[in-house]
Amino acid sequence: MTDISSKAVESTDILRFVKANIRDYALLLSLLAIMVFFQIATNGILFTPLNMTNIILQNSYIVIMALGMLLIIVAGHIDLSVGFLSGFVGAIAGVLMVTNPFWPAELRMGTLPTVVICLAAGAAIGALQGWFVARFRIPAFIVTLAGMLIYRGLMIAMLSGRNLGPFPSSFQALSNGYVPDLFAFVAPAGINLFALVVGAAVTGLVLWSNWRSRVLEQAHGMADEPMTLFFGRNALIAAAFLGFSWIMANHKGLPNVLITMFSLVALFMFITTRTTFGRRVYAMGGNEKAAKLSGINTERITIMIFAIMGALSALAGLVYAARLNSAQPKAGQGLELDVIAACFIGGAAVTGGVGKITGVVIGAFIMGVMNNGMGLIGVGIDWQQVIKGAVLLLAVFLDLYYKNKG
Amino acid sequence: MQPILEMRGITKTFPGVNALENVNLEILPAEIHAVVGENGAGKSTLMKVLSGVYPHGTYSGDIVFEGEARKFASIADSESTGIIIIHQELALVPLLSIAENIFLGHETAHYGVINWFEAFKRTKALLDKVGLKEHPNTLITNIGTGKQQLVEIAKALNKKVKLLILDEPTSSLNETDSNALLALLKEFKAQGISSILITHKLNEVSKVADRITVLRDGMTVDTLDATRQEVSEDRIIKAMVGRELNDRFPPRSATIGEPVFEVKNWSVHHPLHADRQVIKGVDLVVRKGEVVGIAGLMGSGRTELAMSIFGRAYGQKISGEVKINGKAADVSTIPRAMEAGLAYVTEDRKTFGLVLIDHIKHNVTLANLEGVSKRMVVDEAAELKVANKYRKDLAIRSSSVFQTTVNLSGGNQQKVVLSKWLFSGPGVLILDEPTRGIDVGAKYEIYGIINQLAEAGKAVVVISSEMQELLGISDRIYVMNEGRFVAEMPAKQATQEKIMRAIMKSWEG
Repeated sequence: MTDISSKAVESTDILRFVKANIRDYALLLSLLAIMVFFQIATNGILFTPLNMTNIILQNSYIVIMALGMLLIIVAGHIDLSVGFLSGFVGAIAGVLMVTNPFWPAELRMGTLPTVVICLAAGAAIGALQGWFVARFRIPAFIVTLAGMLIYRGLMIAMLSGRNLGPFPSSFQALSNGYVPDLFAFVAPAGINLFALVVGAAVTGLVLWSNWRSRVLEQAHGMADEPMTLFFGRNALIAAAFLGFSWIMANHKGLPNVLITMFSLVALFMFITTRTTFGRRVYAMGGNEKAAKLSGINTERITIMIFAIMGALSALAGLVYAARLNSAQPKAGQGLELDVIAACFIGGAAVTGGVGKITGVVIGAFIMGVMNNGMGLIGVGIDWQQVIKGAVLLLAVFLDLYYKNKG
Repeated sequence: MQPILEMRGITKTFPGVNALENVNLEILPAEIHAVVGENGAGKSTLMKVLSGVYPHGTYSGDIVFEGEARKFASIADSESTGIIIIHQELALVPLLSIAENIFLGHETAHYGVINWFEAFKRTKALLDKVGLKEHPNTLITNIGTGKQQLVEIAKALNKKVKLLILDEPTSSLNETDSNALLALLKEFKAQGISSILITHKLNEVSKVADRITVLRDGMTVDTLDATRQEVSEDRIIKAMVGRELNDRFPPRSATIGEPVFEVKNWSVHHPLHADRQVIKGVDLVVRKGEVVGIAGLMGSGRTELAMSIFGRAYGQKISGEVKINGKAADVSTIPRAMEAGLAYVTEDRKTFGLVLIDHIKHNVTLANLEGVSKRMVVDEAAELKVANKYRKDLAIRSSSVFQTTVNLSGGNQQKVVLSKWLFSGPGVLILDEPTRGIDVGAKYEIYGIINQLAEAGKAVVVISSEMQELLGISDRIYVMNEGRFVAEMPAKQATQEKIMRAIMKSWEG
């Protein structure tokens, strides 16, 4: 008797909790549904090791830029220039490393100085945009729209309309390289043991930190996620991580760019949830006047988030150029749309103050898997655009619909 | 004589507050009727009921206009019967011309095509009526406030006004413009148009009003007839404030020490209009353990004074000096002012005080994140401890510190804002309308907190429009009007009449 009623209590608890967090679950479930759909529609090609690796490589630059874009959107701004800024930085890399009429061959730079210069240039350009937004209160929409035109023009001018390449192999490795299998000596043939070990380690780390924060929450009497859900959710996370590393292990192992992307995601999760800087960005987006009157230097924070965005755009531009093995005058075109869409699909609020890194990463992968899957089943670029637009609208519509319903 | 308007037994409640209770108002044809009362007495609420801002059904009582019971659902409804309200903040579009503004929403158009010649001609006629010599194509932004006021009235005339309601029409006008406006009201009266004049300036009331209705605490306390015999300002003031002080204020036993907060010759100009001086040479002293009140009417410059001192959060061309503990303090930016030990608790907690979409914990630590973090990383456990401490100390009624602040009641929101500033560890606190819009119980708790702060040796400045509150919690009171301190008195010797007289006198002088 008591057993039955306590079970009933548990299940209503689960329902209530899921309802309260519908947004997070809906997002994850959508990604799963889309993956399952394309897995079936492509006759199992989607989850092949080769294709999974491709999805990672194709989407890495979107995810990298979306991390910075989240900060911008949470702060209540927008950055339209990221696509062409990344292309422009790719062009800078091309000029620095590859022959150019204005650049004598003996002055060609190596990979490391190029990367450093490009990241610094991106950060400086971003900071300049942020300065206009913060200091003169020009809407970010206008500042970055202007930037978008300027960087595009500069990129084409620098490349004189031609492709610049190829790059040294050390630079290509930014995108196309793989972490060598450190355990190759004991690994069975065709399996990258290192990828499995890293996968297991990361899984362990994530589970451990989830458990720790739950224990901490319980100690303060604020854990309201039912036990069943907690274990279910973590089992899913573990399965996803381990399954993913198994797939990677069956191909060439872990792509370098995956490591970069993963570290950045972890770093930005930390920044947004644990640091004073992150807290201030959210406070500023939630109520800029209140934040300012609480002694927060909103101008400096605005400049900083745009500088971060600039550096991330630069990094994305380098990864993109490395992947194509040339700096191209069309590089980065339209990327800003995918990046912004990923943020809004991932639950960032148009009004600012709300958004999570996990949401944005999932949002980026929803876009990425759709791009990849539609390509595989032969949907033309035209209809891909239509479908992606519809998904974006639907995601934001549902978000606001549920918010208004309370 | 049959009244043109009767409001009978109007009662309007907001959650937790009775804004109007059984209010009666009667306006005769061709009458100038003044409605007076302290801030928060219910004047504006009454006018919002009359003009349909609060539609029929959200209040109880009857409105009878021209002998018919009216159930206004919107402003458009009341306007169509000839009741037109002109608000304190003018509702003109600055970058449109006078003619465009007058006909906004009532364009002289056939099938959507505007006949500008017609509009121009009629505007000219209307401007003649209100005595405004401006070209109809002049942009609103290019004429002064006094003339803008006249445009508003011309706009009302265009709508065939029968009852004109003016909410504080002269609050931002100079002497000449004020007199011109009052003369215009008299002329309307001669033409048979009734006016309701809401104002704080009692000298104007005695100049033009035929009858005066006094509101206090949401109730009609008196209707005085000035047509039979002259009504003195004293008589009105007495009706406005005449109530007993009871012990609604907790006792305090603070010892007052040396001056800790001194402001000398503080002057501030308007942030947009550099030639308009908003604060004119204010001197302020607050001693250790002392609660100093600043009294004044709305628009007297109290908030502007406080915010300009707090890191120049308001105004431009700021001059004067600030001393804290006898030493010159740098208050040129908000972080520096906070560093110097200042805290400013805003009068508008929703716009300037809280991140409403965030929960209590994050709001409490917002002004002092360093206090709960190491090397830029927030220590969640320490933060939680701080938030829980303030939640307990200030009795913030909430499910937990993770409750979103938008869902808290006004009193509890105010306590969250107070917690934020207490946690920043200030020596001087400026509290701007700390009890606005909160219920009596929460007010008492806030007074208790103010007392504790004073007892802990802090210097506290309280800005309040409720004079009773100022008298109850302050040790000393400054009276402010039009950007100046016009009087200073120990709270023990102060009365509401004295404060009111000081304000009136500064206008007349």
